[in-house]
Amino acid sequence: MNPEFIDRYSRLDSPVHKLPVGSKIVAALVLVLGVALWPAVPWQLFGAVGALLLALMLLSQIPPRFLLRRLLIAEPFALSIAALALFQPGGWHIFLVMLTKSTLCLAAMILLTATTPFTDLLAALRRARIPVVFVTTLALLYRYLFVLADESSRMRRARLSRSFAEHRAHQWRALATVAGQLFIRASGRAERIFAAMSARGWEQK
Amino acid sequence: MHIPDGFLDAKTALTTGVLAAAGLGVALRRVRETLPPQRLPLLGLAAAFIFVAQMLNFPVGGGTSGHLVGGALAAILLGPAAAVVALGAVIILQCLLFNDGGVTALGANLFNMAVVTPITAWLVFQPLTRFIGRRTAVALAAWSSIVLAAIICAGELAWSGRVAWRLVLPAMGGIHALIGLGEAFITTLVLGAIAAARPELLEANAPIRRREVIGWGLLVALGVVLFIAPFACPWPDGLEKVAARLGFEHHAANMLHAPLSDYAVPGLKSEKLGTILAGIIGTLAVFVLAWATVRLVGRKNAEN
Repeated sequence: MNPEFIDRYSRLDSPVHKLPVGSKIVAALVLVLGVALWPAVPWQLFGAVGALLLALMLLSQIPPRFLLRRLLIAEPFALSIAALALFQPGGWHIFLVMLTKSTLCLAAMILLTATTPFTDLLAALRRARIPVVFVTTLALLYRYLFVLADESSRMRRARLSRSFAEHRAHQWRALATVAGQLFIRASGRAERIFAAMSARGWEQK
Repeated sequence: MHIPDGFLDAKTALTTGVLAAAGLGVALRRVRETLPPQRLPLLGLAAAFIFVAQMLNFPVGGGTSGHLVGGALAAILLGPAAAVVALGAVIILQCLLFNDGGVTALGANLFNMAVVTPITAWLVFQPLTRFIGRRTAVALAAWSSIVLAAIICAGELAWSGRVAWRLVLPAMGGIHALIGLGEAFITTLVLGAIAAARPELLEANAPIRRREVIGWGLLVALGVVLFIAPFACPWPDGLEKVAARLGFEHHAANMLHAPLSDYAVPGLKSEKLGTILAGIIGTLAVFVLAWATVRLVGRKNAEN
């Protein structure tokens, strides 16, 4: 996994990046809640929201291809569920409305997360009085996600370089061993992290 | 199973939000009370482990591959409360960083994948492991957790009035009955690998109080009652079917034009409410019964 993918453009210096984090989150939430939950939305409003998001994206100086790629990655599940609606009476309307709504909301969230470093989002969660245990868990998850992903791909490389095309059952067993080892190493790492945290004066509040 | 934005209506988003908040809140309190401080970083690391384990592709054949969902694995490795916290962190990170699952559907996704999946797996695994052996219990727990979460997910989509139950149930249920098989296989293999290398990691969980078992069971049962029960009664044919058709057409039009569709098939709505109420009362009755049985049996065992 490429860690660049996530916080790649979140530290640029555009007007959108410079907005205060709290107000950015609130604005994105209001927009998403409005678009997704309002029962009768006129198409003009969808158009206006789309234009606003497009303008903000251009202002943010993030390459459009990057934003588009993130949008496309998230789209397949929305498409497959929305396609089910085609099999019922009046399905086309529901299909189009659902797809438009989900795409607009996705664009808003991608814009928010692409222009805000994840650590700022965590700080905002902390200010919103989310319990410390949970924010700590999120922070550790974010910090060690890439470490464990690297560890996993190293183990995969090691296995591939030592074994030839095997039977599928063997592959499953080998992959399961990799996953098991990954957990064992993660729990060992957790113990060392606790020792390091304590040595630096960390206390559970 | 990640529901995007725009697929749930306000009542479903709110209901699932409350259920998810209740589940996460209880789990966090239990974790604070029971988890020794030196195990706290394990929550984050286990969450990262689940995240990475989900990216391992198990070849199924024909160019397709399956991957772990991890609810059952987390529940058996960490115990119910810690599993809910770790999986909750995974779901939120997926929503914020990868835009996997919508914001208005965050409650639903948290409830389905971070509460229903691990709790179901744990409720199935815990009693069965004494009778039928560890491996079979793990497999059954993993399969049923995936299938139940998928059916509840289908119920949420249908309750929102976007996709009809008769379409979304076979689609979600069918696909996830297969995905569940993969999950059962992989979970069994991974737990086997851990048990072979470091068996003590599987014994490290804090003991669980009976009250907690009942509380978790009640939460999942509430999900079943709210999202599955209203649809579970077979719809009468003929006239009712036509009404349902009209209802859907009404709804399709309403989504775009009408200001607020209060008048759409009032009889159907109150009937559904009645079913839900009956379901809640029934669930409560069953749980009072179960609780009484557990207490009686427990006392007898203590006396012997």
